[in-house]
Amino acid sequence: MTVAGNMTDGAMVTIRICTGSGCAMNGSLVVADRMEKAIDDAGVSASMRVVRTGCHGLCQQGPIVVVDPSGTFYPCVNEQKAARIADSLIAGDGAISEYLFREDSDSEPILAYKDIPFNRIQQRIVLRNCGVIDPESIDDAVERGAYTSLRKALETMDPEGIIEEIDASGLRGRGGAGFSTGMKWRFTRNAPGDVKYIICNADEGDPGAFMDRSIVEGDPHTVLEGMAIAALATGAQEGYVYVRAEYPLAVKRVRLAIEQARECGFLGDRVMGSDFSFAVHVREGAGAFVCGEETALMASIEGRRGMPRPRPPFPAVSGLYAKPTCINNAETLANVAWIIGNGAEAYASIGTGTSKGTKVFALTGMVRYTGLVEVPMGITVRELVFGTGGGCATSRECKAVQIGGPSGGCLPVELFDTPIEYEALARVGAIVGSGGVVVVDESTCMVDFARYFLSFTQAESCGKCVPCRVGTKRMLEIVTRITKGEGRVGDIELLERLAQDVGRTSLCGLGQTAPNPVLTTLRYFREEYEEHINERRCRAGACNELSTFVIDNELCKGCGACKKHCPALAITGEIKGMHEIDPDRCIKCGVCVGHCAFDAISRV
Amino acid sequence: MSANQCGCAESEKQREIDVALFDAVFERYADDPGALIPVLQATQEIFGFLPEVALRAVADARDTPLSEVYGVATFYAQFHLEPRGDTIVRVCHGTACHVRGGDEVAAVISDELGIAVGETGQDLSFTVESVACVGCCGLAPLVLVDDQMHASLDSKSARKLAKRIRRERSR
Repeated sequence: MTVAGNMTDGAMVTIRICTGSGCAMNGSLVVADRMEKAIDDAGVSASMRVVRTGCHGLCQQGPIVVVDPSGTFYPCVNEQKAARIADSLIAGDGAISEYLFREDSDSEPILAYKDIPFNRIQQRIVLRNCGVIDPESIDDAVERGAYTSLRKALETMDPEGIIEEIDASGLRGRGGAGFSTGMKWRFTRNAPGDVKYIICNADEGDPGAFMDRSIVEGDPHTVLEGMAIAALATGAQEGYVYVRAEYPLAVKRVRLAIEQARECGFLGDRVMGSDFSFAVHVREGAGAFVCGEETALMASIEGRRGMPRPRPPFPAVSGLYAKPTCINNAETLANVAWIIGNGAEAYASIGTGTSKGTKVFALTGMVRYTGLVEVPMGITVRELVFGTGGGCATSRECKAVQIGGPSGGCLPVELFDTPIEYEALARVGAIVGSGGVVVVDESTCMVDFARYFLSFTQAESCGKCVPCRVGTKRMLEIVTRITKGEGRVGDIELLERLAQDVGRTSLCGLGQTAPNPVLTTLRYFREEYEEHINERRCRAGACNELSTFVIDNELCKGCGACKKHCPALAITGEIKGMHEIDPDRCIKCGVCVGHCAFDAISRV
Repeated sequence: MSANQCGCAESEKQREIDVALFDAVFERYADDPGALIPVLQATQEIFGFLPEVALRAVADARDTPLSEVYGVATFYAQFHLEPRGDTIVRVCHGTACHVRGGDEVAAVISDELGIAVGETGQDLSFTVESVACVGCCGLAPLVLVDDQMHASLDSKSARKLAKRIRRERSR
């Protein structure tokens, strides 16, 4: 069965196939090859082309294929589907109904990508070209307006005017702290010195966030253009893109983009024939979360251990190699060209009083549609989780969201009407942060969740200052013993005091915010801590030591796999007979669960 | 297989260190005073890890104290001072993976391969390690076997995966 949709009346048909990291590793390159071959074989390359794009956002439904001009969306495309889609396009048929996206198996198919629930409240500024252009082709980017804002800035604006424009837009840093971008640029501009630097921070270390990766992979030129405009405004001549080595595709694409932009005269000496020169280098971060902190990042670029130093002096005055340096997050820079092109007023009209524009969020965890979304600032957590994300992915109840990564906080369902903006989130103990939003359901234990974040920040603590190095370690010990059922009366109070001290006295943002997951779970889920300590009970059944493993006799087929693999010899039973776990011998390792092919073993 | 007298060749995998391999790397970054990290990255690219001789050669060539080179090499997670397995199995421990059962996936893989997370097998076949986040959170929980991603795993599919890579290895 087919429905109308691909009919194009002779216009160029563009098949946009996501080759972002998620889709590429899921097989989208094979899909692209297959479609290109079909087009070649049919000899229709004059009217049909394949574009290998960056991330479309809905990673979970990948590999993603969008056919323009109709906007037809095909999720989960494999090689076989690709062949049929290509054939139908070549034949000029309508969209293939059974391949289209459906909310449920019995609901109506949705034809256009823009109409699926995931995209309904999205507003794309930063990601405007992601999923549309081929990030490895500068021609594609230029066709979509890349570097026109840089030209406008060069030809019609003076540095002060550019800074005023950014200031008026209300743009704030998207890396976590939310500092005014215009103000940062002005400080750097006003700092004395001839040599100045621009650094693009794409060292996305937050577990659960991948927007910088997708931006750099999907539209590297918009980041470079933002850097060039920042350089023009602040008086810098050199720039660094600091990107994680763990993101090989992002490294490759940004290097290629720099090369292409230099060849076209958008970067390098005398940009577009003006007096302005700007060279960009790439530095690969070697894997240290603390390098997201600006002074640590600069130490790393200088070839040293990435350890932060006290501020002041701020980088704007004394930064890289002791020169004035402006460090902006990749997402922040990706907003700049749009603001210069469309005007500060247009940007400031989006969002709320103190939080302007849009923000990209990585929506993950127990949510139906996981992926990357860009929404106007000020929408509520509920709209994000239930509107865009489609609600809980399981039949269980949604319990909380964790916003802002290891530096952020956990918000319970009762606070889902909180608007997503810097100040409102800070009031309830969370932060916008880099934009990781992890949805959890009743199967997540909040004490264990706090332990998870703490174990991350503890491992990533650079060790320079005592509160962070020792304090997070002691906190982790306490939380760990609570999850093991060894919590003591008074632990909660001790944890609270320690958390406050670590937050107040640590040197850098990592230590100052490390207690946030503990503090917010203590604030909103205190009863779970109390149950662990007083009743030795984990209501989520997530803490192994507090659970009992049982075999359901209805489901057990008596295969003996669990008995064979039990390291504690705690399982008894004959082949094809009933099996049983001896709770006294069971060490609660959970190995049996993984070996049961019939889902007969559960935790209670 | 090895006729090595002490029989330790396989376990230690003594590699010939050809210092000449460094020259191109050193030359490329000779004028960049801040390039210690890229130099170490390129050096590790050559050997798969950073043997002591390599660290000494880097220190000499860049006129940097060995203590400083060692300090940098041990600070960053990317650098390894011990030989690594031929196949690197990276279990993602990002938040999304954690919430969707990453711990169990790690336990199953470690159990099946008989290698603890963070360790390399005696025969240098596999290294199993936990990584903070590979940035494909939409597909959690996931495992990277070298550069090949295996997404949306649970304990069963993880065991299947581990069995398969072990089988492929023994072939």
